[in-house]
Amino acid sequence: MSGINDFAFKIGTVNGTGSASANALLMQAIFRMGIPVTGKNIFPSNIQGLPTWYEIRVSRDGYTARPSAVDLVVALNPSTYAKDVATVRPGGYLLYDSTWPLDPDLVREGITILGIPFGQLCVDAFEGDRDRTLLRNIAYAGSLAALLGIDMEIVGGMLTEKYGKKPKLMASNQKAIQLGYGYAMEHFACPLPFHLAKMDATADSILIDGNTASALGCVFAGATVGAWYPITPATALMEAFKGFCEKYRVDPETGMHNYAILQAEDEIAAAGIVIGAGWAGARSFTNTSGPGISLMQEFIGLAYYTDIPAVFFDVQRCGPATGMPTRTQQADLMTLAYASHGDTKHIVLFPADPHEAFGMAVESFDLAERFQTPVFVASDLDIGMNDWMVKRLTWDDRYRPDRGKVLDAAALEALPRFSRYADVDGDGIAARTLPGVSPKGAYFVRGSGHDKHAAYTEDSDAYLEVVDRLKRKFAHAATMVPAPAIHSHGPADVGLVTIGGCDAAVREAADILRAQGIAADVMRIRAFPFGEAVREFIAGHERVFVIEQNRDAQLRSLLTIELSVDPNTLTSILDYGGMPLTAKVVVDAVSAHLAGVTA
Amino acid sequence: MTSIAKPPVRHPSSRTNGRGLALRDYEGAMSTLCAGCGHDSVTAALVQAAWELELEPHRVGKMSGIGCSSKTTAYFMKQSHGFNSVHGRMPSVTSGAAAANRSLTYIGISGDGDSLSIGFGQLSHAIRRNVDMLYVIENNGVYGLTKGQFSASADIGSLSKKGEANEQAPIDPVLLALTLGATFVARSFSGDKKQLVPILKAGLAHNGLALVDVISPCVSFNDHEGSTKSYSFTRDHEVEVVQTDFVPLQREITVPETDAHVRVVQMHDGSKVRLRATQADYDPTNRESAYAYVRDCQLRHELATGLLFVDEGGRSMHEMLRTVEKPLIDVPYEELCPGSAALDALMRRFR
Ligand SMILES: Cc1ncc(C[n+]2csc(CCOP(=O)(O)OP(=O)(O)O)c2C)c(N)n1
Ligand code: SF4
Repeated sequence: MSGINDFAFKIGTVNGTGSASANALLMQAIFRMGIPVTGKNIFPSNIQGLPTWYEIRVSRDGYTARPSAVDLVVALNPSTYAKDVATVRPGGYLLYDSTWPLDPDLVREGITILGIPFGQLCVDAFEGDRDRTLLRNIAYAGSLAALLGIDMEIVGGMLTEKYGKKPKLMASNQKAIQLGYGYAMEHFACPLPFHLAKMDATADSILIDGNTASALGCVFAGATVGAWYPITPATALMEAFKGFCEKYRVDPETGMHNYAILQAEDEIAAAGIVIGAGWAGARSFTNTSGPGISLMQEFIGLAYYTDIPAVFFDVQRCGPATGMPTRTQQADLMTLAYASHGDTKHIVLFPADPHEAFGMAVESFDLAERFQTPVFVASDLDIGMNDWMVKRLTWDDRYRPDRGKVLDAAALEALPRFSRYADVDGDGIAARTLPGVSPKGAYFVRGSGHDKHAAYTEDSDAYLEVVDRLKRKFAHAATMVPAPAIHSHGPADVGLVTIGGCDAAVREAADILRAQGIAADVMRIRAFPFGEAVREFIAGHERVFVIEQNRDAQLRSLLTIELSVDPNTLTSILDYGGMPLTAKVVVDAVSAHLAGVTA
Repeated sequence: MTSIAKPPVRHPSSRTNGRGLALRDYEGAMSTLCAGCGHDSVTAALVQAAWELELEPHRVGKMSGIGCSSKTTAYFMKQSHGFNSVHGRMPSVTSGAAAANRSLTYIGISGDGDSLSIGFGQLSHAIRRNVDMLYVIENNGVYGLTKGQFSASADIGSLSKKGEANEQAPIDPVLLALTLGATFVARSFSGDKKQLVPILKAGLAHNGLALVDVISPCVSFNDHEGSTKSYSFTRDHEVEVVQTDFVPLQREITVPETDAHVRVVQMHDGSKVRLRATQADYDPTNRESAYAYVRDCQLRHELATGLLFVDEGGRSMHEMLRTVEKPLIDVPYEELCPGSAALDALMRRFR
């Protein structure tokens, strides 16, 4: 770390003061210089006044995981100075607002402290408290441009894009940028030893968050009914869906919508709405997080038992209970796999980044309709709300929705009798009908015991026929869901198994381990139920580590339950404090375990 | 829900409606409710209303939650699509179905337990959302299926079968609906088919949510002396405020408007409802006076019945959502997907 195009910096501010746009400006400017970059927003669960950080990692090699160390901290929130000073790597830098003197206790040996009187500069240059506060952010962005060597032409271009039509705002922003830039150039040796140099590694990429990408997937999949209840960090998904629908799905002449978004009174109702819509034949979805999933469980069981398609996006956050709503975790895995009472099992997809979130959103609707069952897309706060650099999204216009087995009026006419839950093809999937299509297709949906004709029953054999079919259907799904992503550089005794947003850190860790002489293959699970490839990977490695972000090793439990793997053959690496995973956590844990094994 | 199939015999001389269907064709499975349960009379009224309106059975979604009342959906219109959802949550499932396919007729059947306790929120929000549906509450003041606990509609002082008196104030679905802005609010009695059938028909024709609270006695757990939801108590305390007469579109011209006390409300589909106020000055188009009247009746232990309030000018869910006329399930995928060119263009926003 810490060379040209290979470093990380972090900005500590107070939320609600407008730093987000300055941080986005920095991140985007670096991206436009062609340099791979990632940003992680570490924010509190309130609206105004608490500490918030933005971490930017620059990586010429394209690593996008959260950085393991920071080279420069911009400390603008006095209440976190002590903490911020401590997080700078030895030899690194601290930039602070020198309008107020720095407490001598906070001076640390081995780091360089730079002071810029941002507050004073803005008081002198601008009128009014609001402008002074907002523009202080742009001023620090300007100073970073000088210290890190950000291309000022690119910054200028971005300001023009943003404020081109608002000359007053344009002038004040430009002035603020110059304040910071000029002060840094004049007082310090710019740029710092680690800095930026134009590259050409982002031409085929975009910066996007997972919620936006998922929402786009819903639009392209042809979803027409969305129901939800606001919850962090899932909210932005439906808001983005609404935005895209307003752009693409409103008839310009009549103003009529070919979609329906219902903000429900709670998550129970949201689940009921998507199930009702799925039954009626629409592609429908809801977006929520852990507490919402808890509320939806009764309905999830109903949809499972009555073969109704519906898509549930779970943007996971720290639990249990309300937990830490603005911190990330992967702690709903068990809940999603077996949601609701009685014997249930569900298809769950695990995107690793926004690019995959887009594709899996589309795929979730195909799987839900093909298997006539609830499908969960398990994203998390890190994927959902942070800006990721990913390959640009593309679309194949030949795509057509897989509606699964739906009998139309003619097909029904040809049948001697329609039996809703009869497994005619032996794959566990019974053909369905949509209400209103034909008198012959009418049947009764009931969550109570039913036979293959959908008639009420308390007869053991008739009941068993239905629940055993559902089990066969689930087993069949294992062959159709996305296969795991496996990365191998040749023979390796060590296997690293992971899931979702941990992917970037685990793959970076594998590279570091390789450089240290430890060959490790990586397998990222992409779906539940697990396919054969998952079993083979585990069986094919002498030592398997399972890396996930929850306390109780939920992925490891699922693997041992579903694949009958001996739990002792899987070593857990668990990181569940709520921050995105870093490669260092993985490298250190693997090294320590292996050292213990060889010792 | 429990049900027994009925033998498919039809009397050759039975009358058929305009679709060539007999009353029998609008019946469902054999009821497994207790003999004499008020809910079975509601079933009979629904059969009659659907037959008279000549509904196409397979174009009807029969929606319910859980409870003896919610089993009703199995006992009428066997060729319709039925949906027993979960306890108290019929309104959300119906909202979703209606959002997806607005061309069907939705009949929601619920109980006082189902709608006023566990489902209170969903009922309220379905009213606010003004989902286009007929919403029938079969109100017996008790939880029938779980054997006789008081429900939220039980009146203060009403005695349970064991003789305990209810002490909590009741939730009255009619007052609730009026407060929340419902656009069609009616009350009737399962023992009064003559009154109930035209109300159900008007409710089916209504644009938006039509709430019909039907006092429907539970003979097993709440038909005793001291109960205020028994057959005899209801008969003795019922006050018909407005007589309702539903006039389908086809017969519109032949109905003379003779009486000055008759108020004619034109429904969304062109049919008409004739409301004759039997109480002097009762105005079923005035929400405030309707509320005050029903509330006064309640204080006098009287039950105001009839189509108590109607507003055909309200905006239904789809009108508020501005959804296309065509059911969403019929919009071709090609019209829903913006395509690769749009995505390529959009990608510029993310650079
Ligand atoms: C979540 C849940 N809790 C409890 C029950 C048990 N339960 C079934 S029906 C019912 C009450 C039904 O009362 P009501 O809606 O008034 O119908 P009635 O049986 O009186 O017609 C209850 C509590 C259930 N099915 N689901
Ligand atoms: S218990 Fe009461 S409500 Fe239930 S079927 Fe019997 S009479 Fe009807």
